[in-house]
Amino acid sequence: MFQADAAAEAAKTALNNNALLGAGIGMGLAIIGAGLGIGRIGGQAVEAIARQPEASGDIRGAMILTAALIEGATLAALVFALLFKLIK
Amino acid sequence: MMQDIGEMIMHHTSDAHEIAFESPFGGELFTIHLPQWAPVHIGGMAIDLSPTKHVVFMLLAAFLVWLTMWLTGRSLEKQRAAGHPPRGLASLFESLVVFVRNDVAVANIGHGGARFAPYVMTLFFFILYMNLLGLMPWGATATGNLAVTGALALTAGLTIEISGMVALGPMGYVKTVVFAPPGTTGVTKLLLTLIMIPVELIGKLVKPFALCLRLFANMTAGHFVILSLLGLIFLFGTGPAAIRWGVATGSVFFVLFMMVLELLVAFLQAYIFALLTSVFIGLMQHEH
Repeated sequence: MFQADAAAEAAKTALNNNALLGAGIGMGLAIIGAGLGIGRIGGQAVEAIARQPEASGDIRGAMILTAALIEGATLAALVFALLFKLIK
Repeated sequence: MMQDIGEMIMHHTSDAHEIAFESPFGGELFTIHLPQWAPVHIGGMAIDLSPTKHVVFMLLAAFLVWLTMWLTGRSLEKQRAAGHPPRGLASLFESLVVFVRNDVAVANIGHGGARFAPYVMTLFFFILYMNLLGLMPWGATATGNLAVTGALALTAGLTIEISGMVALGPMGYVKTVVFAPPGTTGVTKLLLTLIMIPVELIGKLVKPFALCLRLFANMTAGHFVILSLLGLIFLFGTGPAAIRWGVATGSVFFVLFMMVLELLVAFLQAYIFALLTSVFIGLMQHEH
């Protein structure tokens, strides 16, 4: 009886650990994508401002808007990954 | 120990039925217990409507928005009557209001943007105050609660869709969902239109959903980072003195840096919420 309980407990812990591993890998992948995307936006925006400093206001607005859109998708992934940890 | 830090982080970011005022020297100064009402039953769902920590801070933010705007308006009128240019608090808030009205609302909505400016400005200042209250000592971030951001996003979604319906008319609004891609004929046109219907519908739902998640995740993530950095001190609390002092010094500086970054994020997220809402309203207004 106790052994069955212990086995069930061990299986549950293993499941939780796997869920945590999955959440961690998922968060990392989401961040890689967002880092590449936002880095590219930032780099191109700086390049554009360097070429045309008088348009810096418009470029900055467009940069923040696009970065926010990418960030939204990334944060959705992060929140869902976090749910793996919270829901047991 | 790891478990304790995780619980501490959850305790500080999640909602509660009491507001605890901890002393910086350990222990609690006093705790305000909020009243708990019996849950309301609506069609088999039990909904707890009793006030919580986040509700209190949300109402406080709403009151502060009203208070600052009222004071600003009053002193602006007085200064205008006396022939001064605006100065002091009035000058600060006037520049913020003008920025949100002209550069966020009107610039992104286009024609008729002035009609939506009060709504966009309310969103901006309400979210800003909620974010900033979370950085105060003993404060709680109401925007770090999915219910709050969900409700804000719901108002944004309804504004986007209803303003679209009013601006485009019933047939114009249906065209934003049932949309035939240009340059197609016959069977291809029918097929593509059918495929695009669910895509357009999902697109309409995703906009407020993303607004809600973005604000929630940004505010929660910032607090997670700050509390995890503080948790490092306790994680290394049993080590040798050199490591303990080193980790504590390092993490206090990182927390200071993160706090300043959070101050920026508080403004940035309020700006982005207002900006995206006005961009989406503008997209619906000028859909053809």
